[in-house]
Amino acid sequence: MGVFDRLPPVDHLRSEKMCFVQLIMPAESARLAVTYLGELGLLQFKDLNEDKSPFQRIFVNQVKRCTEMSRKLRFFSDQINKAGVNSSVRPVLQPDIDWEELEAKLGEHEHDLLEMNTNSEKLLQTYNELLEFKLVLSKAGGILASSHDPVAPADRELDEHIYNKEVDDGIAYLLEEGVHLGATKNSGVKFVSGIILKSKALAFERMLFRATRGNMFFNHAPAGEPVTDPISGEEVEKTVFVVFFSGDQAKSKILKICDSFGATCYPVPEEMVKQRHIFHEVSLRLSDLEVTLNAGIQHRNKALESVGSQLWRWTIMVKKEKAVYDTLNMLNFDVTKKCLVGEGWCPIFAISQIKDVLQCATLRSNSQAGIIFHEMDPIDSPPTYFRTDKFTNAFQEIVDAYGIARYEEVNPAVYSVITFPFLFAVMFGDWGHGICLLLGAFVLILREKKLSSQKLGSFMEMAFGGRYVILLMALFSIYCGLIYNEFFSVPFHIFGKSAYECREKACSDAHTAGLIKVRDPYPFGVDPSWRGSRSELPFLNSLKMKMSILMGVSQMNLGIVLSYFDAKFHGNALDIRYQFMPQMIFLNSLFGYLSLLILIKWCTGSQADLYHVMIYMFLDPAGDLGENQLFWGQKELQVSNLLNNKNNMLHYLLCLLANNYSPFPLSDTPVAYGHCSCSMDALPKAFYLEETSQGEVPRAHLSLPWDVRNGSRF
Amino acid sequence: MYGWEMLSFNIHDGFLEAIVRGNRSGLLTASDYNNLCQCENLDDVKMHLTATEYGPYLQNEPSPLHTTTIVEKCTLKLVDEYKHMLCQATEPLSTFLQYITYGHMIDNVVLIVTGTLHERDVNELLEKCHPLGMFDSIASLAVAQNMRELYRLVLVDTPLAPYFSECITSEDLDDMNIEIMRNTLYKAYLEDFYKFCQKLGGATAEIMCDLLSFEADRRAVNITINSIGTELTRDDRRKLYSNFGLLYPYGHEELAVCEDVDQVRGAMEKYPPYQSIFAKISYGESQMLDKAFYEEEVRRLCLSFEQQFHYAVFFAYIRLREQEIRNLMWISECVAQNQKNRVHDSVVFMF
Repeated sequence: MGVFDRLPPVDHLRSEKMCFVQLIMPAESARLAVTYLGELGLLQFKDLNEDKSPFQRIFVNQVKRCTEMSRKLRFFSDQINKAGVNSSVRPVLQPDIDWEELEAKLGEHEHDLLEMNTNSEKLLQTYNELLEFKLVLSKAGGILASSHDPVAPADRELDEHIYNKEVDDGIAYLLEEGVHLGATKNSGVKFVSGIILKSKALAFERMLFRATRGNMFFNHAPAGEPVTDPISGEEVEKTVFVVFFSGDQAKSKILKICDSFGATCYPVPEEMVKQRHIFHEVSLRLSDLEVTLNAGIQHRNKALESVGSQLWRWTIMVKKEKAVYDTLNMLNFDVTKKCLVGEGWCPIFAISQIKDVLQCATLRSNSQAGIIFHEMDPIDSPPTYFRTDKFTNAFQEIVDAYGIARYEEVNPAVYSVITFPFLFAVMFGDWGHGICLLLGAFVLILREKKLSSQKLGSFMEMAFGGRYVILLMALFSIYCGLIYNEFFSVPFHIFGKSAYECREKACSDAHTAGLIKVRDPYPFGVDPSWRGSRSELPFLNSLKMKMSILMGVSQMNLGIVLSYFDAKFHGNALDIRYQFMPQMIFLNSLFGYLSLLILIKWCTGSQADLYHVMIYMFLDPAGDLGENQLFWGQKELQVSNLLNNKNNMLHYLLCLLANNYSPFPLSDTPVAYGHCSCSMDALPKAFYLEETSQGEVPRAHLSLPWDVRNGSRF
Repeated sequence: MYGWEMLSFNIHDGFLEAIVRGNRSGLLTASDYNNLCQCENLDDVKMHLTATEYGPYLQNEPSPLHTTTIVEKCTLKLVDEYKHMLCQATEPLSTFLQYITYGHMIDNVVLIVTGTLHERDVNELLEKCHPLGMFDSIASLAVAQNMRELYRLVLVDTPLAPYFSECITSEDLDDMNIEIMRNTLYKAYLEDFYKFCQKLGGATAEIMCDLLSFEADRRAVNITINSIGTELTRDDRRKLYSNFGLLYPYGHEELAVCEDVDQVRGAMEKYPPYQSIFAKISYGESQMLDKAFYEEEVRRLCLSFEQQFHYAVFFAYIRLREQEIRNLMWISECVAQNQKNRVHDSVVFMF
């Protein structure tokens, strides 16, 4: 124990020291103070109104206004996206605007935009209807022409009458009327023409057939191009149809069916002359409308552009404002109703910064009374806060994914900065692949500034967030790749010549008798001659497997040693005696011993079978080791290991039972237990998994899964 | 078959069961309802709902809200979830899911037909239809003049066609026989659904048959109470009851001859599962009966989640969501009309 006691304290591994503070802020400076604190991001407020629902809190109206404003902003960005306006222009420095001003401004813009939209919507609808009409005219005209009959004068008159009326009232008449019954004389056959969604055309025809009991003729032609639907405003595929029928009853039925299927009917005169005339008329009107529409759209786009250039800034502003009020909602009024009282956690190093900021807020808001800031005795245990930078942040997040350390618990992220990428490289090791990864990491790091201000896809975001992890992984895999001597799985003679050569020039017996060693061993990594040889797989497997065991065991030892520092820091002698010690003994008497055997085997070049040794250590501890004897006293060591193990188990079990009746916190027991099992079943995995790098951290009861960064919502 | 579903259930339906259970955990809880009941205006309701799963559907609504908007958006969420599940489902789950919507289809058909009878605008009626019960040619229902036409023109294409075989007459449509049509259709639908579930077997059959029996019995009681004092004869009334359920057949005989609510009560109290429902209601009262039945239904639906590897969870989830939407509608109406003391009258808590 003495050795451990003399070790330096591992302060750099622990989370920041926190203190519980109370703030008493005059109502007039509270908002500003919270804004500044938010920008500082070093104070986590505690929710003092947990029992109140969101709309019963003090600043509910402001929060509502903020959500309303963000709704408007979403509306703007939606409109901008729809219109395809390019708004990436960064604003020339605009004067800072007030919150109230912004609210008024947003309302104004929204109102303007809505008005413009309704105006252009009406126009657009007419425009699209006319477009459809034009389509129907050309297509239905074609259908009609193919079945043309001489038209009786009476009908011509009727048509002319309608036609004149159209001219009088303008095209709008056509659209309101919607339906015009063409009449193909003689037989009393009439027709309705219109346009319908392509997907509905079949059902429509079937329905018409049923409703008229087959007494109709349905003719249709695809519109060819996608048409913008006048009502929904979406681009859809449509079909132009002409239905021939006879009788008035059928007519009313057909019109009803048209209505119910959303088919729009347009009148088409039978004669080519009139058709052409109307066609011309419609085209004219279309071009008129186009001009008006374009002017409207340009006007609107201009408005959107001016909004768009500010949108980003406004969004940030509203978001901040909402966060400020959400935070203010966590505070309480004091008895006089003049001050807001807040409680929260902050790291001790930040106290002076917070005080400065509060001072500043008081000055800026011209408040008579200053903000009172003092420390209190905490009731709960403090939250965990690790200071990270852009390099360590990704590692901390990986560790956090497994569980967040308790307050002042040893932080495994510090070691995982190296162990995580290294263990990755042990598996990935290939310096060709490593170089590719390295290039990728460099691209991400060099474009850091640009990328961090951009919105990335979910996958890119992950890669970008872990760019330094990738960098280290790349470097380590190049290193490991050199050791494995693999460049895209091909070995290279980088560090000189191979130590092995054929027995003769012809190399005829290379695959039977094998090679012979002619030089010193290959200076670095695996000899390239192993590549393609019959014994490649057994050799490399054995090498990598044993290496993995060594690394896994040292990794686990590191984890357990960390738990010792932790227990010592918290003055928990029980943990040291009944958790750390048994774990240490258990791990090292089995797998530590295995590692020792491996090392000795490597150093001496012995042929001993380690499986055999390990298995017979349990089955026949007193038996003779025979040729598997690696060092003097091995048998005695094995027996003592075994006894240690057995005692250890009993000891463990007993203290597990005893702990249930002990005055010490019971929650430690499952940790101890879980830990032991963890090191036992983790070992098979340790060959290839880096999981153990996190597995060794006590993580069973992390009751405070929040830290200062997330807590204050900035 | 019973007990063996777990061997193969997850091959096709495991994913969707996970989805539906995930969705279920998004249902509003009692504390949500308590908070909602304290709201002062519809904006508060919206604010609270945006913090729940309804958030994305409501957050973009401009501020003067109406109850209809809230209900519409909430229904939209249900419909989206349903469509998602239907897309992912394979046989026989997809058929099962479709069965769930037939009830809405019947309601929609009846709504449109009655509406046209009273010369309402079709588009206005279409807006009122439940989106789960929509089918392509629904609007053409307005063309039909009598049942025969109704069937020949429109319904023959829909899954409701087989249920129609019992009520094809050439009579002109009027309120009374539309109502009879609704109940005949519903009867045929429930019986068909019941048979389908029995065919599925296993836990699905066990739980679904229980749920559907309850549904059938509730309908029987409602038909009885609603037909008291109308010109519907006893035999006709008897014909509208579904041919399964706890009340079938003896309970139906008794219900068929009931002349007032207390007689219904007398007939129902012979059945232990329904005693508790009627015990909550004082004599002669039928107003609170609906709520009591709803509460019992919700209880049974929630119970179906206790068992795994069966389809009833899908049915239960959609029913529970519908109940939730009914609750929200009631709460929003009460809040909007400033009648907060009546909020608890019709809200059925779930969890």
